[in-house]
Amino acid sequence: MDNVLAFGAASGQAGRVDALFVLITVIGGFFFFLTQGMLIYFAVKYRRRRQDRDNETPFITGNPLLEFLWILIPSLVVIAIFYYGWQVYADLRIPQAGATEVYVNGRQWMYEVKYPDGRTAINEIRVPQGKPVKFILSASDVLHGFYLPDFRVKMDMIPGRMTTLWLQPDRPGKYQIFCTVYCGTGHSNMQAQLIVMPPQEYAEWVEKKGREEGEEGEREPVAVRGERIVKNAGCLSCHAIEGKEKIGPNYRGLYGSKVPLEGGQSVTADEEYLRESIVEPGAKVVKGYPNVMPTYKTSMPPDDVRAAVEYLKTLK
Amino acid sequence: METEGVGRMEAEGNGRGYLAERGWRSWAFTLDHKRIGAMYLWTTTVFFLIGGVFALLLRLELLSPQAHYFSNHTYNIFFTLHGSMMIFLFIIPAIPSGLGNFFIPLHLGARDVAFPRLNLASYWVFAAGFLVIIGSLVAPMDTGWTFYTPYSAKTGAAVTTLSLGVFLIGMSSILTGLNFIVTIHKMRAPGMTWHRMPLFLWAMYATSIIQVIATPVVGVTFLLLAAERVLGVGFFDPAKGGDPVLFQHFFWFYSHPVVYVMILPAMGIVSEVIPVFSRKPIFGYKAIAYSSLAIAFMGFLVWGHHMFTSGMSPLANAIFSFLTFFVAVPTAVKVFNWIATLYRGSITFESPMLYALTFIFLFIVGGLTGPFLGAMATNVQLHDTYFVVAHFHYTMMGGTVMGFFAGLHYWFPKMTGKMLNEKVARIAWALVFVGFNVTFFTMFIAGTRGMPRRYAEYLPKFHTENVISTIGSAVLALGILVMCWNFLQGLRKGAPAPSDPWRALTLEWRTASPPDVENFHEIPRVADWPYGYGTPKA
Repeated sequence: MDNVLAFGAASGQAGRVDALFVLITVIGGFFFFLTQGMLIYFAVKYRRRRQDRDNETPFITGNPLLEFLWILIPSLVVIAIFYYGWQVYADLRIPQAGATEVYVNGRQWMYEVKYPDGRTAINEIRVPQGKPVKFILSASDVLHGFYLPDFRVKMDMIPGRMTTLWLQPDRPGKYQIFCTVYCGTGHSNMQAQLIVMPPQEYAEWVEKKGREEGEEGEREPVAVRGERIVKNAGCLSCHAIEGKEKIGPNYRGLYGSKVPLEGGQSVTADEEYLRESIVEPGAKVVKGYPNVMPTYKTSMPPDDVRAAVEYLKTLK
Repeated sequence: METEGVGRMEAEGNGRGYLAERGWRSWAFTLDHKRIGAMYLWTTTVFFLIGGVFALLLRLELLSPQAHYFSNHTYNIFFTLHGSMMIFLFIIPAIPSGLGNFFIPLHLGARDVAFPRLNLASYWVFAAGFLVIIGSLVAPMDTGWTFYTPYSAKTGAAVTTLSLGVFLIGMSSILTGLNFIVTIHKMRAPGMTWHRMPLFLWAMYATSIIQVIATPVVGVTFLLLAAERVLGVGFFDPAKGGDPVLFQHFFWFYSHPVVYVMILPAMGIVSEVIPVFSRKPIFGYKAIAYSSLAIAFMGFLVWGHHMFTSGMSPLANAIFSFLTFFVAVPTAVKVFNWIATLYRGSITFESPMLYALTFIFLFIVGGLTGPFLGAMATNVQLHDTYFVVAHFHYTMMGGTVMGFFAGLHYWFPKMTGKMLNEKVARIAWALVFVGFNVTFFTMFIAGTRGMPRRYAEYLPKFHTENVISTIGSAVLALGILVMCWNFLQGLRKGAPAPSDPWRALTLEWRTASPPDVENFHEIPRVADWPYGYGTPKA
């Protein structure tokens, strides 16, 4: 089966996408044989046998009941497929507690990987088996894609934005990652591997990798760096971490909360919201607060913004 | 069709008709819709062949998983040129501006379109557009036909030049659409009510509405892109404060409706050909006519389904997915009505009918693979894989191009006054049918197995599909070559065509083959719809 599929289903989610695929194939197959069958059957059965029959064909110009039925039935079928497709999709997008987080940044033509504890890698992502993984995706230059065929999911990587992708790696193994958004000359060479490791092996690898990178004196957890950036950028003169509020909202408990906005809407404070609030504070103004924050668009490089967001996330 | 005041004498013709006058001026400055249509047909067919050569080069390269004949950069240029030429210089103008120009006035019983000078202007704006596009080849484009930013804002290729060319092509498209809308409203022969119009006209009417409404958006988008590249204004590049996803919204707000500009005219041709060769009235005339308008309207509401993985909110994705599924319904209605038209007919299989039936056959495959891409979960898997490539080739080539071929074979006698060699036409058809399916069905398999599109190099596990697909493309190309040879032979030494070789009832067959400059000596009076085949009820 895996040979036929090229990429076997590597998670329960992938299995559900495959089930939807099979369902649409069955429904499509039914209508395929129905319509093509009638097309070919009529073409053969009613082919001209005698020229003088040409004037004997019946004068049939339509049938309101048939028109009604072949509007109604396809409508019901497509609503059903839409609903099922939506359900499986919604399931793919639900945030899951306790996820391993990995930052992946697309750049012509490689994937830069960064873990919250400061480990980095190129074109190779290691995660422990059995725990959900949350990829926080971005890009430095042009659009890139992040496609994991074994898991049946993909998400675009967009410069200046953060997008997220969830998956549940159930089985250890090496999994292919393709770039799917055309990104220039090296597009088809932009590939990476997701390595799912048994939890014990993963822990050993983290420790070993940590030691190696620690020796070079490079390694600093992203949140620690983020804390430094937040302090140096003067954020705390207007935002308190907790306690009495200053000019802007407090930080603790912000991540993941529902934030009411001016104009009556509300938004869940995810990575993309936090990022946007740093570089474009006027885009979504929190209800009851003045729109006075300056933009950090030019003064804070994207990598620093990511670190600051990572720090804010630790203030639970 | 019951017509009065049209003598058979007129239909006999005088030999050369609108083709009588000679010399380049008689073409370059002509106001005759038939000549303008013929110029469009020649031009677009040339670009179809050039675009096809690029496709063959792509297939050649994909014979091996590693870069073999060309560098990756060259491959990227080839797929960009294949896509942009086929879309902008062939498939959008070919049927509307080519066959539409030629046959809308003839179908209406009119002497010309409403604004003949505007019509000529739109051809020359089109010509300026393709000259600019050819000029952009000094630094050939490598962005894909979709021009996605920020890559298109950064690449060293002549994006600005090409987008100026596409801007001009779009302008020509708007002018043509405007002309056709007015023509269909104001130039119908006496007695031709809306519900007595041939279905080709309904399809062209819906098409023209889309052209007039949607095309300005892409024009503006390309101007913004040019402003970003030339003046450095940051509309789309986040480094300059822009939003790359905004470009995708603008682009697909045009480019989704425009797929109906591509397919609706072909559906119109099929609606003409099927009843003629079944000797039966069209089944469900009003359903087919109004479904064209429904498709044109709904086509404007679904552009987001090209962007399910672009980081749009899940709610927006769900709304676009829901609306997308409903475009399927009027499309399915047309297919059911065509099939029902065959029922109890007296069917013959001349080449126009073979291509029309092929249209239905392939379009069903293209249509039924749509729900895989409309459903969000499977879309996320299949987006930007070869599945999408297969899907849109089944609808655009299997659909539109087969409809175009049906139209060319159907109207060749009328346009040229010569008959085609039917035997050669059938050989070409068989090669095209087999070659097409071998080429593109394997792409469904490659895509389902996970092969991303726009890959110059691919993993060896996809080798088999790619080899089969390349073999298919050679067969397809051979078929098209045989067809072209047949057209040229027909032009040179085809037997003289009678005025109505297919015994069809629409008004163009009441003129000479080829028609005279003024089409009808006397404007016909129309008393019935044009599908009165078979035995009317007693």
